[in-house]
Amino acid sequence: MSELQSQDYVRISATTMTPPMARSHEDQVAKLIDVSRCIGCKACQSACMEWNDLRPEIGHFEGSYENPADLGPSVWTLMKFAEHENEQGNLEWLIRKDGCMHCEDPGCLKACPAPGAIVQYANGIVDFISDKCIGCGYCVKGCPFNIPRISKQDHKSYKCTLCSDRVSVGLEPACVKACPTGAIMFGAKTDMQQQAQLRIVELKTRGFENAGLYDPQEVGGTHVMYVLHHADKPSLYSGLPDKPRISATVDLWKGFIKPLGLAGIALAALAGFFHWISAGPNEVTEEDEAEGERVLREGEEKLS
Amino acid sequence: MSRPKNAIVRYTLANRVNHWITAICFVLLVLSGLSMFHPMLFFLSGLFGGGQWTRAVHPWIGVVLLVSYLGLIVQFWRENLLNRDDAAWMKSIDAVIVNDEEHTPPVGRNNAGQKLVFWSMTLLIPVLFFSGLTLWEVYFGSATSIPVQRAAALIHSLAALAAIIIWIVHVYAAIWVRHSVRAMTQGYVTPGWAWRHHRKWLLELAQHGKQDGAIVSTRKPRT
Repeated sequence: MSELQSQDYVRISATTMTPPMARSHEDQVAKLIDVSRCIGCKACQSACMEWNDLRPEIGHFEGSYENPADLGPSVWTLMKFAEHENEQGNLEWLIRKDGCMHCEDPGCLKACPAPGAIVQYANGIVDFISDKCIGCGYCVKGCPFNIPRISKQDHKSYKCTLCSDRVSVGLEPACVKACPTGAIMFGAKTDMQQQAQLRIVELKTRGFENAGLYDPQEVGGTHVMYVLHHADKPSLYSGLPDKPRISATVDLWKGFIKPLGLAGIALAALAGFFHWISAGPNEVTEEDEAEGERVLREGEEKLS
Repeated sequence: MSRPKNAIVRYTLANRVNHWITAICFVLLVLSGLSMFHPMLFFLSGLFGGGQWTRAVHPWIGVVLLVSYLGLIVQFWRENLLNRDDAAWMKSIDAVIVNDEEHTPPVGRNNAGQKLVFWSMTLLIPVLFFSGLTLWEVYFGSATSIPVQRAAALIHSLAALAAIIIWIVHVYAAIWVRHSVRAMTQGYVTPGWAWRHHRKWLLELAQHGKQDGAIVSTRKPRT
């Protein structure tokens, strides 16, 4: 992506400039994942590997349906399986497709120190521009969802791109195309919100009173949203954060400490300079030399 | 090295080499660290061959600095122990600032300001080292939890800012008090310098003469 001229950025990491955003008259997009319709087939995982040419190393069976065990530099989406016993004592199998949530206010982008390594397009997609990534891992600390993974081979950070290459030419993301039950949908964010409401009404009639949309406002909303049967307890779904927010520590670190720190350094240097031109250098005088010589001479005389 | 006859050794060759290894590491760490701290200073990463190189090399320089500074602690801790003179010196800081030596109480080998620099760095460098370890993605990226790393990043940057400001004070003081730099480059000071800035140290030297060979100079005692 980075080699094409993009004029539709709304955010660029590590810059004090306004990004080129003239072509910003774009619909905000969103992927809607209807967890209640997911059958856990992992077609989305395969499609993601297929389209993005990712082949994670083959691991070991860990006693779980989750495979691979975790997200990784070449695992950008992962089905997570949670067994939940509901109030009636019945088993519910809560399967959630995990991956980048494409936050409207991305913590990774806020934490990134490399100019242009993380960008957000006008349509809301958050993308990592690998040739500018320095591999520091700050995005990992910035992310409220624990998504980015750093490769040990090339020291670059990777995550779901929401198939920004496909979306930019009018195609839906690969996982959406592959989903056999229509649990993954893609379109304008407003359309997806509407779609979700229809589904939530239906879920409520089926007895899921707390069905709802997961579009957490703490990060300004996300461009990947979930329909959850238990929207009151997102953490049931393999630890989906109930209230994801950029950590206050990160805000502090990447907020006013940056300008304040530089100002402090500049001020210390300036204080030195103005001290030099006001009080001036502290020079040894001839009297000092005479006194010093005298002390040493007297000392030697006493010793000898 | 050509020294005047009455030169007094202030820093031995070991002192100086150790100091300047530390200094070089510190400057490199400041440049590479600031490039990753503020976007306006990212251009500094060019000095190290780009962002990837800066990220890769910064922690290794930190390791060298820690080892080097441990050497300085071993060599200098004793003469930086606080005593009563330090309180008196700090109280008359107004006089110190305006070069009013008349009203500055005499001090020994180091004044309270120098001791403060020494002990601040003794505190900050290990803090920087250990917080830095948790941020060393390549080797320790998964050694600690993400909340710990977030806190470490904040602590690392705050400690670094404090260390940089102390370092500016240290460098400026060396320029301000003339011929202090020569003490750390060529190793010697004149009797006048010692009389003016570290009078008790000079008196001690005069009293003990060559007793402590490491302290006294090339100056030959008359017999």
